[in-house]
Parts: sequence; C-alpha cells; structure tokens
Amino acid sequence: MTVPRVERSGLFYPKLPATWWLRNANYFRFMLRELSSVFIALFLVVFLVQLHRLPQGPGAYAAYLETLRAPGWIVFHVVALAFALYHSVTWFNLTGVVQVVRLGERQVPPRLVAGASFALWAVVSVALLWFLLGG
Amino acid sequence: MATRKTSEPFWWLLFAAGGMVAALLVPVHLIVHGLAVPLGWTSISHARMLALAGNPLVKLYLFVLIALPLYHWAHRFRFVLEDVGLHGLRTPIAILCYGAAVLGTVATLWVLWQI
Repeated sequence: MTVPRVERSGLFYPKLPATWWLRNANYFRFMLRELSSVFIALFLVVFLVQLHRLPQGPGAYAAYLETLRAPGWIVFHVVALAFALYHSVTWFNLTGVVQVVRLGERQVPPRLVAGASFALWAVVSVALLWFLLGG
Repeated sequence: MATRKTSEPFWWLLFAAGGMVAALLVPVHLIVHGLAVPLGWTSISHARMLALAGNPLVKLYLFVLIALPLYHWAHRFRFVLEDVGLHGLRTPIAILCYGAAVLGTVATLWVLWQI
C-alpha cells in the first residue's frame, strides 16, 4: 500500500558535523543500536557462505569451519554477538512501547508486553538450541 | 503542499519483520555457528547439517532467517548514512542499501536452491 506524503525536498536539514553522535551518551547508544544491524547482516552473510559449503562435501565444509577458528573470526563473532544481544534487548524493550496491547478497555502495561517478548525470546532460543544440538 | 506516493511503508514493514527475526533468532545461531561449533564446544556433523538444510521447511526457515534481517540492515544503514550528513544523496543511498538487500535475498535463494 502506498500513502501520499509531504514532499521532502523542501525540508530544512540542520547543519551538524558527521560526529554529532559522539557528543552525548544517548546519541552514542542510538548509533550503536543502528550499527548493530551491520554486524547482524555480516554474520548472516558468513553463515550463508557456511551453508554454501555444505553441498560441496565434508572436506570443504570442515575447511570452512577451520577458517572460522582463526582468532580474527572468533573476535568478529564475539563482537557480532554483543551487537546482536544489544539489538535483541533494545528491540524487545521497544515492543512494549510500539505495540499497544489492549484487554477490553485497559491497556496492558508496556513493561508487561516487553516482559512477554523477553520470555518468548528465551523459549525460542532454548527450543532452537535443543533442535540444533540434540534433536 | 505537494504530495507524492512513496514505497516507504513497504520497506518499513520488511524492516520491522527483519528486526523481529534478528532479535528472536540471530543470537542463538551466532553462538552455535559462529562460536560453539568452530571452537569445538559442540559439533554438528556435516551429514546432519546437510540433512537439516535439505529439509524444505528448514530451507524456508533459513530463507526468513537470512533474508529478512538484510532489509532491517538496509533500512537502518540508510538512515545512518543520512544522519551523518549525506542528505543530498538520499536516493542513491536508498537504492544502494535496498539493492544490496535484494541481491542478498537472491544469493540466499541461490545457495538454498543448491542444497
């Protein structure tokens, strides 16, 4: 669906230096949250390459896992994990604010919605772990 | 005031869906495939991975897991670039970011097709 919207070209953009987000801890956290998407996407590309090695045989697959053992890749994955967790926490905290849930006349408190999201995250994570490792 | 049609709601929907997929599913996969398996904390044999990834339902899952967060990235990265001052390049930035996500989607389909 498309909606009409006010033409943007005439908008005023304040002149800010490219480093405006370094001025204040809140701006910095905002930027970290936005940049978490970069690390998540990079991980998914690396994972896609891993899947690409699967049909090439056990040798090619093992060689790729060996590559991922390199300290550089481990550091990358640790950093990516930190960003991914930051994304999850900020995302679920926001679900309570963005998604207003009503029960009859009353609104479910945002904190409860966020709590339910965190609970869902935990359940899905454990189920996935069980499926991947046990099965 | 002039108004125009925009495709933004469409990209925003993909952004929201991708953000949810990334928040729910990515951390576990990152721990397992990025750290636990390469470091030898656990192992998933090639045969098991191949059998799993060959299952049509798992393929659909992998497609959602990989493709949707790419649109989440595209949307956020687009506005990061604008926020650091590249307002003049709005259109090329949008085309580059969403274009990269579409390319990633095609690559994901291609990889999954071959398994």
